[in-house]
Amino acid sequence: MTQDNKQNKTEWPLWEVFIRSKAGLDHKHAGSLHAADVEMAIENARDVYTRRQEGVSIWVVESKNIHASDPAQSESMYEPANDKIYRHPTFYNLPDEVKYM
Amino acid sequence: MTVYSFQQHFDDKIDSDITIEPKDWMPDDYRKTLIRQISQHAHSEIVGMLPEGNWISRAPSLRRKAVLMAKVQDEAGHGLYLYSAAETLGISRDEMYAQLHSGKAKYSSIFNYPTLTWADMGAIGWLVDGAAIMNQVPLCRTSYGPYARAMVRVCKEESFHQRQGFEIMLTLAKGSEVQHKMAQDAFNRWWWPSLMMFGPPDAESPNTESSVRWRIKRFTNDELRQKFVDVTVEQAKVLGLQIPDKDIKWNEERGHYDFGVINWDEFKNVVKGNGPCNKQRLEARKSAWEKGQWVRDAATAHAEKRKARKAANANTKAA
Repeated sequence: MTQDNKQNKTEWPLWEVFIRSKAGLDHKHAGSLHAADVEMAIENARDVYTRRQEGVSIWVVESKNIHASDPAQSESMYEPANDKIYRHPTFYNLPDEVKYM
Repeated sequence: MTVYSFQQHFDDKIDSDITIEPKDWMPDDYRKTLIRQISQHAHSEIVGMLPEGNWISRAPSLRRKAVLMAKVQDEAGHGLYLYSAAETLGISRDEMYAQLHSGKAKYSSIFNYPTLTWADMGAIGWLVDGAAIMNQVPLCRTSYGPYARAMVRVCKEESFHQRQGFEIMLTLAKGSEVQHKMAQDAFNRWWWPSLMMFGPPDAESPNTESSVRWRIKRFTNDELRQKFVDVTVEQAKVLGLQIPDKDIKWNEERGHYDFGVINWDEFKNVVKGNGPCNKQRLEARKSAWEKGQWVRDAATAHAEKRKARKAANANTKAA
């Protein structure tokens, strides 16, 4: 993820690249690059991020279209999950006879 | 929150090894230090393509040629990962290029030495990439997230670079007498500049203290240099080449190799711009940038035209 830069007018837009490393897996953020348009962004992503068969599928999205949560708000944002351990299976005590649950 | 609490929060994170991410608050000096270091690192990758690019068309076999091209391509990639990491700190790509071209930003002084023979391709891979790896492995755990992630990627790709260089050296060193001489000559010329790659001695390195405090750097210049000497001396034995330093000696007490005095005047002089190839390297970069202007303009114009055509088509359909 990239901060908004004082962008030079002639600079190609910035794109974030997401790569699926093999069939069945999620696309994962790989990095970013500059390209004039979406076709060039995908081709450049191929050259920059998959030189060693790292991917079978590429997503690109212009960086300016990504909206992120505010790290300064992290505490209040994620705090509600902290005291809800009953959402995890290990919270529950079962008799030893019960298997495979 | 007051400025103090931002600072406190940042220090706490650093102390507990929690990475700093682009949108987190960070002290100005931390940001500045990172921009300087990451952009300098990126420039080094990009300028580093030039000495090796010199030999692609004259590689001695198709195999060597394919390998060298792959290596130079990797260096372009590494430069791009690093430029992107620096951009997350709020500097634009064009600003960084401008700083390189004006001489304001530095790149590793090693690339200001000429590549005179094919053996230099071996020596660069073995020594220069070897020294770079020594520097870069601890950077995979550097405190700034985007830099650390870029370095993980770089390090994964870099180890083939060193191996292919060592293989070239081994082939030459075990070859004919002339080939062996060529390998030794390349070793002689690249050894000292490789030791300089770790930067000035700790006592004279102005940025070391704060960089270590911020966990940007995990080891000092001298620590890494010593580590490099220790492993390289052993590797030279395998090659059957002589270390071009009469003071190289195992020091039982320290558990390290002692080595001779580095010519820091030469280093300073090359950094200042007076190395054998500074001018040539910078000219090559500037000329590539200037001659590529029409390509960048054409791609922008093409993208705009396509966008306009798409919009026009959508309008017709709507109507």
